[in-house]
Amino acid sequence: MRHIISVRDMDRRAIDELLDRAAEIEARRYDPNLLRGKILGLFFFEPSTRTRMSFESAMARLGGVSLNMGSVEASSVAKGETLADTIRVVSGYVDAIVLRHPKEGAARLASEFASVPVINAGDGAGQHPSQTLLDLYTIRKSMPLDGLRIGLLGDLRYGRTTHSLAIALSLYGAEIAAVAPKGLELPSGIVQELADRGTSVTEYSAVEDVIADLDVLYVTRIQRERFPDMASYLDVASSYRITPELVGLARPHMIVLHPLPRIDEIDPRVDALPNAKYFEQAHHGVSVRMAMLGEVMG
Amino acid sequence: MTPEGPQGLLIRPIRHGTVIDHITAGQALNVLRILGITGTTTEEVSVATNVASGRVGRKDIVKIENRELRKEEVDRIALLAPNATINIIREFTVIEKKGVEHPHELLGVVRCPNPGCISNTAEPARSRFIVVPNGLRCHYCDWLISKEIAAHIL
Repeated sequence: MRHIISVRDMDRRAIDELLDRAAEIEARRYDPNLLRGKILGLFFFEPSTRTRMSFESAMARLGGVSLNMGSVEASSVAKGETLADTIRVVSGYVDAIVLRHPKEGAARLASEFASVPVINAGDGAGQHPSQTLLDLYTIRKSMPLDGLRIGLLGDLRYGRTTHSLAIALSLYGAEIAAVAPKGLELPSGIVQELADRGTSVTEYSAVEDVIADLDVLYVTRIQRERFPDMASYLDVASSYRITPELVGLARPHMIVLHPLPRIDEIDPRVDALPNAKYFEQAHHGVSVRMAMLGEVMG
Repeated sequence: MTPEGPQGLLIRPIRHGTVIDHITAGQALNVLRILGITGTTTEEVSVATNVASGRVGRKDIVKIENRELRKEEVDRIALLAPNATINIIREFTVIEKKGVEHPHELLGVVRCPNPGCISNTAEPARSRFIVVPNGLRCHYCDWLISKEIAAHIL
């Protein structure tokens, strides 16, 4: 049984194969009945729009159906049931489980109690492998993944997408430039892990100092819920903003990515620039998740 | 005779049990903790700390009466005292002498310091850490403990 829990479990070959399959799917070369008769269970213990809907869309395009747990308040979780028990029970209802949960390691735990494949759709500040795969897919459509110089900008402490992406890119010899407001820097454990994987991380205090050297700028939002009050949030959130003028300092081929939703960190005027790839990135979520569903259930 | 006075045994020999020698100075009590030996367990234990040692300068020694440590227990010690040697004693005689090896993983020994980790909830998740070159990595949340491992022993 194949689970997809963390990019740490994947080697370069496994990632490349999934991305190749996603490319075939995007080119409409796939069996629309591949998962006919299969049921996907969606268990989202935290809000989600893109991830949940793109998994539902992916399942529908492969001929399968989705069952959604609905809100936590309306489920047995509200009665105090453990995640382990929930997973054991629903394993009898569905053919695969997609799980988002606020606790780190929740998907790993779920995989130990499930009798069907589990896909991690985000666990707290931990891993979000489907987002990472679609980030890699989007980059690969613009340039080879090998030897990239990528800038990670924003909340690098709690932002799970940046952790997963950095770990995955270490398989491709990336150089990482980290730009974070004070207090939201990459955790030392991640920096150490990247160093152990042979990937250097250089920290910058302002994106202006490094943008001219980048192939990819990966922007994330500051999460308001991490701050005790609105004033301290606004103070940090307004410390960076990507504008057309800033992008003008970059090399022409540099692309701007963002896992979305964005708040104010990217000026809407950037949307029209050829460098802006974040909406394409969100659309690629369906092809990539179709490849993942095919991998665990096909 | 040394200038400090006559030399002698700090703690007496044991008839049966385990002597853990060459423990990194100051780590003896942590070694006992990682073995699950506390004031509430029944083993008869002798501890000597900061003993002069020709080989390592200063060392700690622990003697545990009537208990022969198992391999997985011995290997836990490697995390705190990689140079420790284990002597299994029967009838006052060393019948087996061995070093310690880093275990592949630790089950139920160390608490994950990450408050957001699923292993720190009411879920049936037993603490599980993978031993990596620079410390311990949580099996669930990937948190890396790279220093002060003893502070996280359950």
